[in-house]
Amino acid sequence: MNAALVIILATVIFSSLLGIYAGRKLKMNLENWTVGGRRFGIVIIWLLMAGEIYTTFTFLGASGWAYSKGAPTFYILIYGALAYTLSFFILPALWKVGKRYGLHTQPDYFIKRYNSRPLGVIVALIGVFSIIPYLQLQLAGLGFIVEVASNGSINSNLAIIISFLLTCAFVYTSGIRGAAWVAIIKDVMMILAVGIVGIGVPYIYFGGFGKMFQALIDQKPHHLILPGATAHMDVLWVMSTVLLTGFGFYMWPHVFGSAFSAKSDKIIKRNAIIMPFYQIPILLVFMVGFTALLVIPDLKNGDMAFLALVNKTYPSWFMGFVGAAGAVTAMVPSAILVLFASTLLAKNVYQTGFNPRAGQKTVMRLSRFMVLVITTLALIFAVFVPNELVNLLILGYDGVCQFFPGVVLGLFWPKVTKSGVFSGIVVGTGIVIFLILSHQDPFLGMNAGFIGLLVNSLITIFVSLIQKPSSIKIEQAAV
Amino acid sequence: MQKGTKLALILAAIPFITLVFALPLVNRIYPLILGLPFILAWILGWVILTPPILWAAYLLEKKYNLPSEGEEK
Repeated sequence: MNAALVIILATVIFSSLLGIYAGRKLKMNLENWTVGGRRFGIVIIWLLMAGEIYTTFTFLGASGWAYSKGAPTFYILIYGALAYTLSFFILPALWKVGKRYGLHTQPDYFIKRYNSRPLGVIVALIGVFSIIPYLQLQLAGLGFIVEVASNGSINSNLAIIISFLLTCAFVYTSGIRGAAWVAIIKDVMMILAVGIVGIGVPYIYFGGFGKMFQALIDQKPHHLILPGATAHMDVLWVMSTVLLTGFGFYMWPHVFGSAFSAKSDKIIKRNAIIMPFYQIPILLVFMVGFTALLVIPDLKNGDMAFLALVNKTYPSWFMGFVGAAGAVTAMVPSAILVLFASTLLAKNVYQTGFNPRAGQKTVMRLSRFMVLVITTLALIFAVFVPNELVNLLILGYDGVCQFFPGVVLGLFWPKVTKSGVFSGIVVGTGIVIFLILSHQDPFLGMNAGFIGLLVNSLITIFVSLIQKPSSIKIEQAAV
Repeated sequence: MQKGTKLALILAAIPFITLVFALPLVNRIYPLILGLPFILAWILGWVILTPPILWAAYLLEKKYNLPSEGEEK
């Protein structure tokens, strides 16, 4: 048993125990399980949201794209800043509505605002279908990291199964609070790993950032401007993709839901102000990808860049540290994703769609049971359906982004109607599926999800305008 | 719409203008800034400036909007 292996195992087990411990005193009802009793202050909200944002994708996908595609990877640095700027206006308004009506999930919001259960069921289903690839991404990344970091002594599938079962254990017992606690370990380890490697490798091989970039410019002059090493990811692609992902960001059911767990609307607003600082370490991740391209230019898989370079540069115990950081980094978002996917299925598909009279206790029990179902599904996907990491993520964004008009117009525009939102979502999602299946993404140089969102917004507004406003109105919370 | 909200929205447009719509103009390597290619330095700079911009928006909302934060309108 080598040092790396010990570090990885110890971290994963300790994190899970901490997660389980986090919920020991709470009576688990749906309110405590999904929104932490709406009692989270600024520190824990920040940890939770940062926990959702900094995923394995940050480790592998961003450096992988810097390695294999070049400049298009910069989109990852941009979209967060856009998303937080939007959230400054949207989330506090949403929080107020959530507090007033005791909402737990995103479909809850649609059901209340548009007084429509079918709409809630559709939103829940699209949400779950978008979560699955995101979860698969985390799992695939986790298996990958642990296998490489342990130098092959833990097989990727074994790593996925062990750490994911542990993750489920703390989701099952502690809900969102468990995830927030584990996020503390994850954030510290992640920042350390990214900081040490991101500052270290350009310095070790080239004597600094500037010299590394100069070497890259000399060797591959087009790598650092759009479209980089790709054929179709030009400026227009980046513009449409950052708009899509910036708008879509808070439409993820789990990110949306964590807004409800704050103590007050002010906490959420202040959180939105400091969040963009959390984007900056991504720059360091890019550095690793670029340095890897110069030092080990013949990797078959770009997603390997970060780990391969660490492996080449640092002693094996540090590789273990990076592996452990990577594993926890996958576990926290996975926990939150599983939690919300389960709640969506139990509360908004089963209760809303089939059995409105089911009691809170039944829904809670079913949510916990769904943790096991979602886990099994995601494990099967992760083991049998490999895909390039970034592509998976953008696919999920294409889906959840279609909620944007319904959420935002619902908050700020009294005239928007159920049929408007309904037809917008259906047509928008339909267009996305059609464009992707017929291999026309990007379409006219733009991201397919963005096209879907544009058409969706126009249809929502148009249909709402030719109709009478729907009967239930949520008061204008923010304006 | 209250005046504070309006001012805050105007400020919030800045990251969208600089980080999305200005991209065609900044897609270049030179001049290098602190050793970074120009496009990367531009993006990084505006990402770092976003928190101060939002902070200003927060202060403006506080200054000009009615102090009705909280429950009822």
